[in-house]
Amino acid sequence: MYNFTFHRPTTVRQAAGLLSRNPEAKLLAGGHSLLPVMKLRLAQPSALIDLSQVEGIVGVELKGRSISIGAMTRHADVANSPVLKEAMPGLAAVPGSIGDPQVRNRGTIGGSIANNDPNADYPAACLGLGATIITNKRRIAADDFFTGMFSTALEEGEIIVRISFPIAKKAGYEKFKHPASGFALVGVFASKRGSDIRVAVTGAGSNGVFRVPTFEEALKKRFSPKSLEGLTIPAAGMNSDIHATPEYRAHLVGVLARRAVAKAVG
Amino acid sequence: MSSTATGIGAPVRRKEDFRFITGHGQYTDDVVRPGETKAVFVRSPHAHAKIKNIDVSAAKKMPGVVDILTGAQLATDKIGNLICGWMIHSKDGTPMKMSAHPALAASKVNCVGDAVAVVIAETTAQGKDAAEKVIVDYEVLKAVIDPAKAQAKDAPQIHADIPNNTIYQWHLGDAKAVAAAFAAAKHVTKIDLVNNRLSPNAMEPRAALAEYDEGTDNLTLWNTSQNPHVARLVIAAFVGMAPEHKLRVIAPDVGGGFGSKIFIYPEEVVCLWAARKVKRPVKWTSDRSEAFLTDAHGRDHVTHAELALDANGKILALRAKTIANLGAYMSTFSSSVPTYLYATLLSGQYNIPSIYCEVDAVYTNTAPVDAYRGAGRPEATFVIERLVEVSARQLGLDPVDLRRRNFITAFPHQTPVIMAYDAGDYNASLKKALEIADVKGFGKRKREAARHGKLRGIGYSTYIEACGIAPSQAVGSLGAGVGLWESAEVRVNPTGSVEVLTGCHAHGQGHETTFAQLVSERLGIPFENVSIVHGDTDKVQFGMGTYGSRSGAVGMSAIVKALDKIEAKAKKVAAYVLEAAEGDIEFKDGKFTVAGTDKSAAWGDVALNAYIAHKFVGADLEPGLKETSFYDPTNFTFPAGCHICEVEVDIETGKTEIVNWTAVDDFGTIINPMIVEGQVHGGIAQGVGQAMMEGVVYSAEGQLVSGSFMDYTMPRAHDLPSFHVGLTETKSPSNPLGIKGCGEAGAIASPAAVINAITDAIGSEDLAMPATANAVWSALQRATPRQAA
Ligand SMILES: Cc1cc2nc3c(=O)[nH]c(=O)nc-3n(C[C@H](O)[C@H](O)[C@H](O)COP(=O)(O)OP(=O)(O)OC[C@H]3O[C@@H](n4cnc5c(N)ncnc54)[C@H](O)[C@@H]3O)c2cc1C
Repeated sequence: MYNFTFHRPTTVRQAAGLLSRNPEAKLLAGGHSLLPVMKLRLAQPSALIDLSQVEGIVGVELKGRSISIGAMTRHADVANSPVLKEAMPGLAAVPGSIGDPQVRNRGTIGGSIANNDPNADYPAACLGLGATIITNKRRIAADDFFTGMFSTALEEGEIIVRISFPIAKKAGYEKFKHPASGFALVGVFASKRGSDIRVAVTGAGSNGVFRVPTFEEALKKRFSPKSLEGLTIPAAGMNSDIHATPEYRAHLVGVLARRAVAKAVG
Repeated sequence: MSSTATGIGAPVRRKEDFRFITGHGQYTDDVVRPGETKAVFVRSPHAHAKIKNIDVSAAKKMPGVVDILTGAQLATDKIGNLICGWMIHSKDGTPMKMSAHPALAASKVNCVGDAVAVVIAETTAQGKDAAEKVIVDYEVLKAVIDPAKAQAKDAPQIHADIPNNTIYQWHLGDAKAVAAAFAAAKHVTKIDLVNNRLSPNAMEPRAALAEYDEGTDNLTLWNTSQNPHVARLVIAAFVGMAPEHKLRVIAPDVGGGFGSKIFIYPEEVVCLWAARKVKRPVKWTSDRSEAFLTDAHGRDHVTHAELALDANGKILALRAKTIANLGAYMSTFSSSVPTYLYATLLSGQYNIPSIYCEVDAVYTNTAPVDAYRGAGRPEATFVIERLVEVSARQLGLDPVDLRRRNFITAFPHQTPVIMAYDAGDYNASLKKALEIADVKGFGKRKREAARHGKLRGIGYSTYIEACGIAPSQAVGSLGAGVGLWESAEVRVNPTGSVEVLTGCHAHGQGHETTFAQLVSERLGIPFENVSIVHGDTDKVQFGMGTYGSRSGAVGMSAIVKALDKIEAKAKKVAAYVLEAAEGDIEFKDGKFTVAGTDKSAAWGDVALNAYIAHKFVGADLEPGLKETSFYDPTNFTFPAGCHICEVEVDIETGKTEIVNWTAVDDFGTIINPMIVEGQVHGGIAQGVGQAMMEGVVYSAEGQLVSGSFMDYTMPRAHDLPSFHVGLTETKSPSNPLGIKGCGEAGAIASPAAVINAITDAIGSEDLAMPATANAVWSALQRATPRQAA
């Protein structure tokens, strides 16, 4: 790790101010993505701005027909939230599948989404539910937020404050764990909220999380795993590494989509 | 049966665990010496390159830098090369071709991670900062990674003096007899196998701390070694760092080795050299990324094998051709692993009239490969157990039945590949395993699984291994540079408590417990009154360390021999104490008695009298009670058994779950059944890891792709079922306790059991390790293309 200075603001404003004064600074949430790359000397921020003491960005709340989750809410707290488990258990299952207890007790939803790891679980949930990412500056639709591997629509100095998920009656997540890392080798989130049907895939695409319009179309006729039978997506554009071929990933998208829908209607 | 509650056969808790689980272990990195500096290595980012220039001038000016040393200086100081200590001769009689292996590369790097310089700094962070400022000018060369391509005419030549990157072309057995048997065979089974390359991943990374005492000119090395005396011998005699009596090697608590800490590594040599140069202690502790790059890997064989059978399923002959990848340099025992530890076990548990095996060992631009839990024997077991299973399937025979028809049933049995099996009962372990695994109910379970979209399969592995390494003369005749006896010194204190100094080294095996159990049994004293000392060349006179499941069979035998001498001497003392003739003294349950009388003396009384020496004069008997023994075994030991694995494969995803595991092993005498069971569990976990998860992957350019736990899949508890473990027992006739050894069996038996089970489930033999979900799914696609997607 290289040297850095450390700041611990207590308001989003202070944090934003620190960010603008330190262009090479990084926000620190749970540290479970940022600290490993710093330890490997692959990142060299001049300063860390720790969000752990910032007020008003923690917690899971029911707000009308949405669930609002503060950026600094830990994975374990989302997974165990009684409000969420009642309103939309399909979403609670997403952080419940992340890493191990240590990771779930430190990692945060804001950090996960800002990081946009191509194998992370939350991006699938955000896109699969049509969430809105609320920053200190604006509201960004999930469809516009995830712009590619490790890249998002966040601008310099922008801080995620919370994420708002519309409550879908039917929502399910099916994850095929990466054998080594436990991230999603492929994960599929499927939901139905009125006529809005979404199928979002993480882990598979070489450009990060994506939706599958052909699956969504098929599910419009009937939201049932049967509607997806025999459907696949092309291997072109799928990620390829030592753990899975593009063909296998494409195949898994089909299998997991059926299973996610089965869970959602379950 | 045990004569004390803590004697042989008692499942007592491990003494050492209290300190380990409460954080009081003392590992190399925990040792801190006054004025200590930290070493940070500058490593090659290229798999194969010429070093044109190294510029350390900017780096030397960085804060906290004490010195920066390069390979050129190492050569100037005449620090010798690392060596491989086992000579193998090729078929044509020529000796193996060992390249120079300097501890720091001076002119050329041959794998990613090859060290070219070392920064000695006040702190590791400062050392890392400075290491980034060392400018190395490389001329990148083409690399060869695939062992099957290393011998090609157009392959890049790694060591100028070693043509075709070929270290040796070795063979064993009777080629002519085998050819004749194959010509006459009714059925021939042919398979092509890759034994995947593994990263050892001990929990404690390697470390070295070197200190130089200017006053005495003595060097001390603390290191993560499975065999500190061998390290001292090599560093003194071959590297020429210091004379043996001026070098002390201490291997304190060591957190796992699995073979990877047998070897003498460049970092240890460099720390010693640097400590003398900077006149301050120098410590290096590997980080996990370095460990992936530089710890010697295991396995990495490419094999074609064939089995000849007659019309009744009797095996007539076996032949195998293997290419073994030894990496960029020959590690300490690397040459022996794919030869005498491999081909000699190809007979398995079977009566095979003739066997012929050829092994080419090659250099590639990858990390060195050497012994890893099982070393050669897992590779052999995989070959023979896959051959037998596939043969049964091809002949339409029950694989259990085919095994039974070919089992060796009479002992001693001389195999055609050197080994003389001295004892065993393979039908017994098979029978017990079949019962525990409820093989009879398998058909029903398979049908039930099919109803849930799962393919259920069963696979067997009736393995054998050669442990108790090893009779010195025998291994000497096969090329070993050392003898493989073991030593023990038993020191009885005046109060009767006992210290045992052993040349074995514990790094997870529980010697502090099991060795104490032996003493407790023999002397009738509680095992709390026994302490085990190991891992320090200043305390223990000499020893060969721990690997090859040798500590029980060889190390404890040495303790037995020393205890025999202790008992004899103590009887002499007791005769004076009890005023009786020495011949009338009996010793049992910690008490000396005089035959035919009620006179007795307790163990403690006799120990005290041995030291106060009031009852005898020095002219008649020497005071004191301390004895030493060097024990050389008469043969290897041959643990064997039967593992049965049952799997369920998700047809849609290829994801395979092990749903049932039965292990019935014959380890001879068991000292502590709880520890033995733990060894079996750990061994199976490692073997399952190899079969389904683990695999070192290099890119074509020689970059390590599987360089972290995010990409290298270690088996986890949730990947494994609860094991059903059973034992059968035939004593080893080759050592006084009848011990065979249990440390490697699980890792040796299990890969074949897993792959036999999965291939049974999917109905295709076309499946390589690691059988990941993707691999199994692809195999299913190839086998039944209509099921695709
Ligand atoms: C062993 C291990 C296993 C894991 N397994 C999984 C898994 O299975 N699935 C999965 O999805 N993830 C997994 N993760 C990642 C984990 O979920 C991380 O916690 C998460 O990706 C990042 O969240 P964090 O709170 O730790 O963020 P940090 O590491 O603190 O930050 C990550 C990035 O986001 C930025 N950031 C943080 N908060 C904000 C904010 N409010 N606004 C703007 N930018 C911000 C930071 O500056 C940084 O660039 C794993 C991690 C580890 C170490």
